[in-house]
Amino acid sequence: MCDTCGCNLTPGNKHLAFKPVAKGATAVSVLKGLLAKNDDQAAHNREHFDRRGILAINLMSSPGSGKTALLEATLVALKDEFTCAVIEGDLETENDALRIRAVGVTAHQIVTGTACHLDAHLVHDALHQMNLDGVELLFIENVGNLVCPASFDLGQHLNVTLLSVTEGDDKPAKYPVMFRAADAMLLTKTDLLAVLDDFDPDKAETHLRNLANPAPVLRLSARKNLGMNAWLAWLREQLAAQRARVAIGQSRRPAIQSDGEKLHSASA
Amino acid sequence: MHELAVAQALVEQVEAVIHQNHAQRATLIRVRIGPLAGVVPDLLATAFPLAAAGSRMEHAKLEFAHAPIRVCCQTCGLDTEAAMNRLLCGACGDWHTRIISGDELLLESVELETAPSLTP
Repeated sequence: MCDTCGCNLTPGNKHLAFKPVAKGATAVSVLKGLLAKNDDQAAHNREHFDRRGILAINLMSSPGSGKTALLEATLVALKDEFTCAVIEGDLETENDALRIRAVGVTAHQIVTGTACHLDAHLVHDALHQMNLDGVELLFIENVGNLVCPASFDLGQHLNVTLLSVTEGDDKPAKYPVMFRAADAMLLTKTDLLAVLDDFDPDKAETHLRNLANPAPVLRLSARKNLGMNAWLAWLREQLAAQRARVAIGQSRRPAIQSDGEKLHSASA
Repeated sequence: MHELAVAQALVEQVEAVIHQNHAQRATLIRVRIGPLAGVVPDLLATAFPLAAAGSRMEHAKLEFAHAPIRVCCQTCGLDTEAAMNRLLCGACGDWHTRIISGDELLLESVELETAPSLTP
């Protein structure tokens, strides 16, 4: 983000900065992301994670596609290998946090009331109420919603988007903003594929590629323990990559780059 | 939906611009929203007066700049226009593309009234 040297002015937007206006008035070029305040807080959260060597993963999907069930199975498999923690986001109830605590993992519940998404400030407040000592893997389960959560950076390193096979295989085409932001797409509840004749996993993957997204597509069933090993291996790989980044003082943002960064790289 | 949160963030940013420029009020706010930003301009326009009520921009006009979706193909190198859920290269059809426009969510510029308004 640069408001001082003018490097965010490009040949494409220069005319906006010098538009003549009436006397007694002035036009000011801003060219700043509308969600700059959220993005600043998200960057702060990310620094916090990096300092502690935590890998933060944002889980997004429709309500009921199996985020919490996936977390339960994942935590049971990994909790002796890594120290994990979970932030749960829901409009109401503490139910999901209780489910996570039942498998022996720290969980903090954010109750958003009516808000349809988590934002960086909500996550920051949650972090201050948690004991993060020794935590290596932090999962943030966003509010079940395929629209709003995609627009708010929380400070996570990776977005994981779930698509259950009881939904349509064209969900990536219907919700392009969400699926474009995915660093991995998980097709969940695949044990039900046998009784569903209208969900084609290959089609779902093609719809994801049509969004120019190269993210891996993993097929699994948390309840029936199918395909979980590939997902756990991906998590281990990502944690190793995060440690390698932290060791050389680097970080990573989810698939979507902010406008500010793009403006800078374009003018660099 | 989340457009109210975006409108509140917009009001905060414009308030900062008014303050930095020692202006009286904002008269025109121009934002650029690409279809891939996940924010609907019409809904933002509906939410804005609620967020701006009582502020120094409550009478400002909110203007939207059009941001077409364009992708740059990493295979053939061409820039082409694309549809929201088909971000493929318009020339060779490959999906290995990079968005060069269409996902913006930017406060572009603000027009300010700097002199105290002269009441007739």
